[in-house]
Amino acid sequence: MNDLAEIISQNQDRLRTEWIRTMSSSVERADLISKAELDEQCGSILKAMVEGVKSSGAENIAGGGWNTARDLLNSISTSRARQGFSPTDVATFVLSLKQPLFAVIRDKMGKTPDSLFEVIWSSTQLLDRLALITTESYMATREELIMRQQQELMELSTPVVKLWDGILALPIIGTLDSARTQVVMESLLQAVVSTNSRYAIIDITGVPTVDTLVAQHLLKTITAARLMGAECIISGVRPQIAQTIVHLGINLEDVITKAKLSDAFGLALQRSGRAVVKTSTAAAANPLSGLFSKREE
Amino acid sequence: MERIPVLRMGSLLLITIQVDMHDKLALQLQDDVTERISDWGSTGVLIDISSLEIVDSFIGRMLANIAGMSRVLGAETVVVGMQPAVAITLVELGMSLTGVRTALSVEAGMELLYGNAFTGSEDEQRTEA
Repeated sequence: MNDLAEIISQNQDRLRTEWIRTMSSSVERADLISKAELDEQCGSILKAMVEGVKSSGAENIAGGGWNTARDLLNSISTSRARQGFSPTDVATFVLSLKQPLFAVIRDKMGKTPDSLFEVIWSSTQLLDRLALITTESYMATREELIMRQQQELMELSTPVVKLWDGILALPIIGTLDSARTQVVMESLLQAVVSTNSRYAIIDITGVPTVDTLVAQHLLKTITAARLMGAECIISGVRPQIAQTIVHLGINLEDVITKAKLSDAFGLALQRSGRAVVKTSTAAAANPLSGLFSKREE
Repeated sequence: MERIPVLRMGSLLLITIQVDMHDKLALQLQDDVTERISDWGSTGVLIDISSLEIVDSFIGRMLANIAGMSRVLGAETVVVGMQPAVAITLVELGMSLTGVRTALSVEAGMELLYGNAFTGSEDEQRTEA
């Protein structure tokens, strides 16, 4: 088995050049990685492979001798996943070593077909396993990226905005599931406490569908807000959603619902004893004057 | 024995719960509140639970019970200052405390109980906005 290690270490330079050539003929990603960097990566992988084959053998890829090679491949495919390489690019990186390696092996052992076959077989198995390692860590990186984005999306998509003194609005965009309801509920209740608001408007214009589960989640949020002493108004009920709610027999009778956010805001203002009035007709003609003369009754 | 004080403020009763409620304390409170309402003829009960951080279904039921008992005796109950975590817990326990009025702060609760007679704070709010 040390034949393989010997062949690789004796022909490192040739292998590296051929490898890079094969790689660039199949997947040219000069836009994502520089030639020098690629050259360095290939060189260090070849070195690590020699070390691995020598100390643990080509079969035992989980062995301690392969640690360096595994770490190297992991870090390379992790960085490639971030750089935007496709899975094919990442797998081809290792697999394109096959052709140059086999050529070298044939040059060495072309005279003895039996040992030639044996070495080729073990090296192809080895390269396949190494390629699997790269693919796996590529996937893991992607997976992690998706998880993080989901988390960020969740936090981004539940803003609580203050419309007026004592009036909050919570525009919900996207489907309400249990996990999101929890986040929505917590951020709303926190905002109710910190801004001392008596009215909270939950706007569901951005919720694509309302089924019994979503309605239940909404009711939970409203009940929790009521327990704290804040009143909730649901707005943004589209005609289609109003029909669905009635067809499903969801009981929203204890909840105030409005078609538009503006209607809900008007109601909240009215309930808190306020009104928005037009101060003068000149305000409409001169947009700047509105900024300074706007006054509340 | 440890007791939750029931304070008299004109025609109202003010109860602030500042310790962890346990079952015995809750039952004692029920007795005290009903006694005081009938003794003093109070028309409103204000329960401040802003320092209460842990609730269970028993405490939730106790709050609902006090409200119910007070109503029978002719007094209205307002629970004020519930913490978000407490509200979430009660909802998850399936206790929506229907029939109990709520407010954000003691001030808002007073306003609710005094109704329109207590206009000082209302005016203040309007001028400030």
